[in-house]
Amino acid sequence: MINWPNFISQLFNGLALGALLALISSGLTIIYGTLGVLNLAHGAMFMIGGYAGYVAYSYTGSFILAVIAGSLFVMVLGVAMERIIIRHFYHRPHEDQLLVTFGLGICFVEIVRLIFTSQSQVVPPPALLQGITSLGFLFYPTYRLAVVGIVAVALGGLFLILYRTRLGMIVRAGIEDSVMVDSLGINVYRVFMIVFGIGAMAAGFAGIINAPVVSLTPGVGDDILVETFVVVVIGGVGSFPGAILGGLIAGEIISITSMFNPGYAYVMLFAAMTLVLVLRPHGLLGTQGRE
Amino acid sequence: MLKQRPYLIEFLTAAGLVLAPFVLPWLGFAPNTVNRILVWGLFGLGFDILFGFTGLLSFGQSAFYGTGGFVAAYLLTSAGFPYVVLALVIGMIAAAATGYLIGLIALRRTGIYFAMITVAIAEVFFFVEFNPLSDFTGGENGLPGVPTPSLHLGFTTLHFTTGWSLYQFLALCYFIGVVIALRIVRSPVGAVFSAIRDNPLRATAVGHNIHGYKLTAFVIAAAYAGFAGGLLGVLQAFMPPDAFTFDTSGQLVMQTAIGGRGTLFGPLVGAAVWLSLQDFLQATLGLGAAWKLVLGVVFVLLVCFLRRGIIGGLADLYGLLTGQHGAREPDESEPELVAVASTPHAAVTAAAPTPVRPRPEASPSGPILQAKGLTKRYGGLLANSDIDFTVNHGELRGIIGPNGAGKSTFFKMLTCEVHPTSGSIVFEGRDITGMNVTDVCQLGLTKSYQVNQLFAGLTVRENLVIAALSGLRGKFKLDLFRSIDSIPGLSERVQHTLELVNLTSRPDTPVSELAYGEKRRLEIGLALATSPSLLLLDEPLAGMSPRERVETVKLLKSISQGRTMIIIDHDMDALFELAERVTVLQEGRVLVEGTPEEIKNNSTVQEAYLGGVHGELAA
Repeated sequence: MINWPNFISQLFNGLALGALLALISSGLTIIYGTLGVLNLAHGAMFMIGGYAGYVAYSYTGSFILAVIAGSLFVMVLGVAMERIIIRHFYHRPHEDQLLVTFGLGICFVEIVRLIFTSQSQVVPPPALLQGITSLGFLFYPTYRLAVVGIVAVALGGLFLILYRTRLGMIVRAGIEDSVMVDSLGINVYRVFMIVFGIGAMAAGFAGIINAPVVSLTPGVGDDILVETFVVVVIGGVGSFPGAILGGLIAGEIISITSMFNPGYAYVMLFAAMTLVLVLRPHGLLGTQGRE
Repeated sequence: MLKQRPYLIEFLTAAGLVLAPFVLPWLGFAPNTVNRILVWGLFGLGFDILFGFTGLLSFGQSAFYGTGGFVAAYLLTSAGFPYVVLALVIGMIAAAATGYLIGLIALRRTGIYFAMITVAIAEVFFFVEFNPLSDFTGGENGLPGVPTPSLHLGFTTLHFTTGWSLYQFLALCYFIGVVIALRIVRSPVGAVFSAIRDNPLRATAVGHNIHGYKLTAFVIAAAYAGFAGGLLGVLQAFMPPDAFTFDTSGQLVMQTAIGGRGTLFGPLVGAAVWLSLQDFLQATLGLGAAWKLVLGVVFVLLVCFLRRGIIGGLADLYGLLTGQHGAREPDESEPELVAVASTPHAAVTAAAPTPVRPRPEASPSGPILQAKGLTKRYGGLLANSDIDFTVNHGELRGIIGPNGAGKSTFFKMLTCEVHPTSGSIVFEGRDITGMNVTDVCQLGLTKSYQVNQLFAGLTVRENLVIAALSGLRGKFKLDLFRSIDSIPGLSERVQHTLELVNLTSRPDTPVSELAYGEKRRLEIGLALATSPSLLLLDEPLAGMSPRERVETVKLLKSISQGRTMIIIDHDMDALFELAERVTVLQEGRVLVEGTPEEIKNNSTVQEAYLGGVHGELAA
């Protein structure tokens, strides 16, 4: 039951889950920070990434191609969603934005359910990463270890885009003051489209990476969305480092509580969120005025 | 719209509920479907007060629906409690209490944060029901065997069992729910709710404790949810655990948006559409699981194109057909606009002689406001530095200064919108340093904003009512069932303010249809209606045409009789005409203070304006 190897392996589970949450939350938070739209269909994006990858995998048998297909498909879907619907909502109240993205999320889930049924689908991890690795003091599934590495690389890529490119500079400036960026002669709407695509892609990428860990169902994104919200509230809206910190905290809380009693995982997560709200209402790394 | 004829809506609701069992079967509604629609409709009444009227979109209502439902069901089954109606009420109270506790946390933040927190809360409740509390709630099995209600009327006992028999009980509950909701919406609290929805910042500034009112709306919604949850158990003779799922919250939100938010009956209409479409798509068209996709698409289209839902759409259509709303009003308002613009003098002189009520507690002379050593620092920027400033009772003070002199920051500190880095403010002998805007407004100090802060979705009269209410009721009062018309002095104060700011001809015009000058006057009216003993006006003449300026200066003169006012403006000619004394700010400090004559002839002032910033005098 509760012993050192068990505890350590839960810590690793928490790390893997936390890394995934960090990646998904980063997508959500940069979209919100830049566009001012909270995408309630973000969980559906995560789910679709998994399914798009599953389709690619069943045709090609290649996990790498599945990852590429999953991410690209969701990015295209995100861009299309922004072009066709979201852009009409920039000047409407927050409630309307929440309602429309919520409705879109349900449509996405139901479309997937219609095509793939509610039965769970399995994507096996790539041959190279199957099996168990010995860490000396415990044996741990190789793929889960790899997930931490893969997601860390993806987060590093996102960091490079946000902090080392012109686009990233515009995005970060837009998070602080999008009106100002607009009046500097930068076409914010084109940036919005790209950001929405990147943010969605982060969720889609996470979706296919997670597919070998948890089997795919149309509802797989719903729980993730709730966890992502907690991450964003803990980390602070619009903060990329906040999303990473919040993701790791949430992942560890869920894993470690699950070791004692899985029923309390969400209660503890919620308690942590409440604590942050009381002590630092703007999130651990958030700044005032970003909502 | 809701208060033209007393009790009309109540009567129509009662008639509709009585007729439903005779009409609906012909339309193919099964009694069980109608009963489910009523439960959703009752659930939605509270949610619409929260979302449609107060503007707080919660995705966590399932938490209270489930709490009320399981408390009632537990009492009636496992605990063997015999009284069904009482159990429902206890469930409702439990849900309301839960709502109060959750509201304390969720309402710490607004907007999307609020939405995210409510989602998380609902999810926690779902897991708690399933796991730690499964001994009480039956876990995934729910609680079977919930009995049906009966009413003991002394001479006879009514038993409500299933179908149309149970309908009578549910219809009675729904009717009571509607009557209560209508009273709440028409009460002063309801007026403040809509103020919070339209402009929370101004609602705070005119002296309402909006946090308290938001919490009230949240608890009301939780109470309705709890009662409806209990009815769900009664209706199904079984309390299902999926009452707690996120889907329940989502369905409620969607039904409300489909039917029309802010209408009270929207959720009922939405539920009717939802449940009958579901039956139709599943049974008649044989779509199976695809029904939810169809409803999702319908929902997205409605949000995109019919923002106010079915009821809102029908109201617009009705207005279009009868030419009442969309078509007639602009035609009507055009000549009025011209009339107001062309006869400003007559209107202003008519308003001027109206007596101004001085605050009884205000002493007639001596300083009303004293600021000492007021300093505000933003990081490295010193916005205000060591300002000493005193205004006497009855004085009209002008403040001028070049852009960036720190005038607006100075005003914000006086009204406690921002707190000074150091220094103190004494108003009517009381130290108000560090107090909040709402309390300061309640003490009689408020301001009109440089950029209009109106309640844009409401009419001119409703705007003024909201401001006047704070003066008459204090910052927080739970007169939920009181009619807004029964508040003594309210209509007089609103009428008086309408006259003062020269808007008597357009009390029922929505703010969005006002001309800029009229909005500017209403902005001043909002501050006036709180009946301040000290009124601050931040650039009341900004953005006005020369003719509007002349008009507004006359208006300000008439307002100033018997009041103490401080006016910031760039229009020096106007200020020199109005003010008895003028304070000149420059680079965050008081440059000089004196009568208009002294200021005009002061060499440092001339240097500050003409030497540094050319053209300020010309503007």
